Amino acid sequence: MTKQFLLDGLPVPFEDGQTVLEAARAAGHYIPSLCWHQDFPPHGSCKLCVVKAAGRHVSACATPAKEGWEVESNTPEINGERRGLLQMLLVEGNHFCPSCEKSGNCELQALGYEYEVLTPRFRHFFPERPVDASHPDVLLDFNRCIFCELCVRASRDIDGKSVFALTGRGIDKHLVVNAESGRLADTDFAKTDRAANICPVGVILHKRVGFAVPIGERTFDLATISEKTLKEGSS
Amino acid sequence: MSALPSDESAALDGILQRHRHDPTRLLQILIDAQDIAGWLPAPVLTRIAAGLDIPRARVEGVAGFYSFLYTRPVGRYRVLFSDNITDRMLGNAELLDALCRKLWIEPGKMSEDGLVSVTTTSCTGLCDQGPAMLVNGQAIGQLNHRRINEIAEMIRQQRPLELWPAEFFQVDDNIRLKGALLGLEMAPGEALKAAIARGPEGWLAEMQASNLRGRGGAGFATAVKWASARNAPGELKVIVCNADEGEPGTFKDRVLLNRYADLVFEGMSLAAWAVGAGEGFVYLRGEYRYLRPQLEAVLARRREAGLLGKNILGQPGFDFDIQIHLGAGAYVCGEESALIESLEGKRGTPRIRPPFPVIKGYLGRPTVVNNVETLAKTCLVALHGGADFAATGTAQSAGTKLISISGDCAMPGIYEYPFGAQISRILEDCGASDTQAIQVGGASGICLASYEFQRRIAYEDVPTAGAFMIFDGTRDLFEVARAFIHFFAHESCGFCTPCRVGTSLLKGFMDKLADGHGAKADLNDIDWIDRLLKNASHCGLGSASPNPVIDTLQKFRPAYERRLVSLDFEPAFDLDAALAEARQLTARNDPGAHLKTHEEEEK
Repeated sequence: MTKQFLLDGLPVPFEDGQTVLEAARAAGHYIPSLCWHQDFPPHGSCKLCVVKAAGRHVSACATPAKEGWEVESNTPEINGERRGLLQMLLVEGNHFCPSCEKSGNCELQALGYEYEVLTPRFRHFFPERPVDASHPDVLLDFNRCIFCELCVRASRDIDGKSVFALTGRGIDKHLVVNAESGRLADTDFAKTDRAANICPVGVILHKRVGFAVPIGERTFDLATISEKTLKEGSS
Repeated sequence: MSALPSDESAALDGILQRHRHDPTRLLQILIDAQDIAGWLPAPVLTRIAAGLDIPRARVEGVAGFYSFLYTRPVGRYRVLFSDNITDRMLGNAELLDALCRKLWIEPGKMSEDGLVSVTTTSCTGLCDQGPAMLVNGQAIGQLNHRRINEIAEMIRQQRPLELWPAEFFQVDDNIRLKGALLGLEMAPGEALKAAIARGPEGWLAEMQASNLRGRGGAGFATAVKWASARNAPGELKVIVCNADEGEPGTFKDRVLLNRYADLVFEGMSLAAWAVGAGEGFVYLRGEYRYLRPQLEAVLARRREAGLLGKNILGQPGFDFDIQIHLGAGAYVCGEESALIESLEGKRGTPRIRPPFPVIKGYLGRPTVVNNVETLAKTCLVALHGGADFAATGTAQSAGTKLISISGDCAMPGIYEYPFGAQISRILEDCGASDTQAIQVGGASGICLASYEFQRRIAYEDVPTAGAFMIFDGTRDLFEVARAFIHFFAHESCGFCTPCRVGTSLLKGFMDKLADGHGAKADLNDIDWIDRLLKNASHCGLGSASPNPVIDTLQKFRPAYERRLVSLDFEPAFDLDAALAEARQLTARNDPGAHLKTHEEEEK
């Protein structure tokens, strides 16, 4: 007999070692995430995947499923927390969706729609984060960084280059590149790197492909992020 | 790559060599490298990265994480005022202003000649003799205007620190009440001999009987931790002494390390004997760097006496040694998994758990992380047996607890009480009167109002890592909470969204109230952020960060409510404050340069 836990009252089967998030998605239930990626170990920083398991809040991406657990995810309480976390990410950076090349392909924006973020709610931080346009093929717009570290991990673990790292602490944490000049052009970064093609938001943008797909026909214009994620999971 | 001057380059090579070009020594290398020029210029980071064969970005990542590492120039005299609430109550802000005025500088900005910079830092652990500061890492307590005048003069004369009056650097232990631990007189090695005689299993059984629990605050059973590490797979095991005493208002470990270092090191050896560990680290907070030379001397003496090294006390195969690892100004490194990351030369970001450090800790090895006080107390267990230890205290909290008392009382200092001691008795002993509230356990602890003073210090009632800050009737509990929220916002590692953004938002709301722009809607938002921080944070720092606000909102709500200007909503944007820069540029501060006065006049 396979093991199972209850997600919002519905049974979800799992195998030993599977996390709550993996098992839920495999069974066709959406739990949101930004920093999680199937090709990497769980990171657990964005906290969008927060669920209540046996009465305690945990990150679904980093928590192994347990037999008989009762897990709450799609509830007003948890979804309210997710909405708040999205609002926090949106006021922390400088996000101008209408002028952003990533609009419609951006996971943060898509989750904003999914969880009905209608207002910023909190005061904007308006951080000063200059862009880096030095590289011939790629533009870095740090204003939109959400610190998921996917580029850091991809560059280090897949590309073997460690082009990116985080420095600073707390609210002053920020992304830097692997060069004394601080310029991407002075690194060995290439547009074909995995790290160049993994940003869930609009920090790492390829030059000369701006708006190739018109607004209205983009990824999350065609399907919501939950629909898309579950469809990819089942294919 | 920009070139380094040849003498700096040679010094850097020496440092890299001394640390065997080992990337796990990165933080130690950065601390040493900073001593060359007082800060870490970009080429130095590049050179270190090359020397360790690691990406430069990683070096920059680590250098940017720790408050005491500077990637921009700072003054040759770096003055850091301790900014705990107890320092504030003793007037540190006024002293900081006075010093800045005398030196013609702005707080947080280096003087134009590069001579001096003055700013604040988190609690430096001298709350019993504040207001306090660190000058180039050396602690000075009992600041007053006379001392500040002298300091300003000596900085202006560029007098080297070694030639400053020795009494400036005198740090008192202030031991006020001795119990089993502070009264213990033990020849080095005595406890170890007793434990060796019992054998590792017998010694562990004795520890189990003692019911000793972690003194760092969490209260986990020490014997269980040791047994888990002992049974964990892996040949190499590690004992870490957590001397990153960063919790504001706590200074008991400072005193233990200063006067009872032998007990602490002996405790580490006792842990090693039980666990079968060969390697020990003391993670010493950067603020206590001045203790390092004397600690090294004690370690050397113990090596000579055969209490560290190979075949300890003639016991074949009992090999264990201890090295000191410095922190560099990061409260979060008191969290054990963040501490281990820092030990490995990384940013102090807490790990995902499980696996727990006792299974996979330092470099993946089974690692025991124990508090300074916990380790010292194991000596009592070894000497007198577990049952004897468990006979003091309460059923769930065995033994005694060191309390660091500061704030509004006649005799601040260190007090050792059996667990179960009543708050009211402690207040009486230290000469506190008209006490309005106490913050027990530091910023992350619990705020007690006067109707709770019959409660007791114990894991099952009022747990504490040792801080005990007293506030009398003249103090404003809102300002106390605001100071602690500023602390957490400054110390958040920034890894998870709720803590990184939430602590800063909370700070913003508290400042909004303090500035007289508060509204009832703000209290609702504060409530909401408090709950999110508690629920969704990645580690204990985030989940404890709203505690001061939660407690004071519940127990001292009027302190908040009298700051509200509206029952509904009041914008955070302050039009008049936005003109501050224009006023500074035009050197105007007359009523006409202020928006509100201007409007009022028109009316």
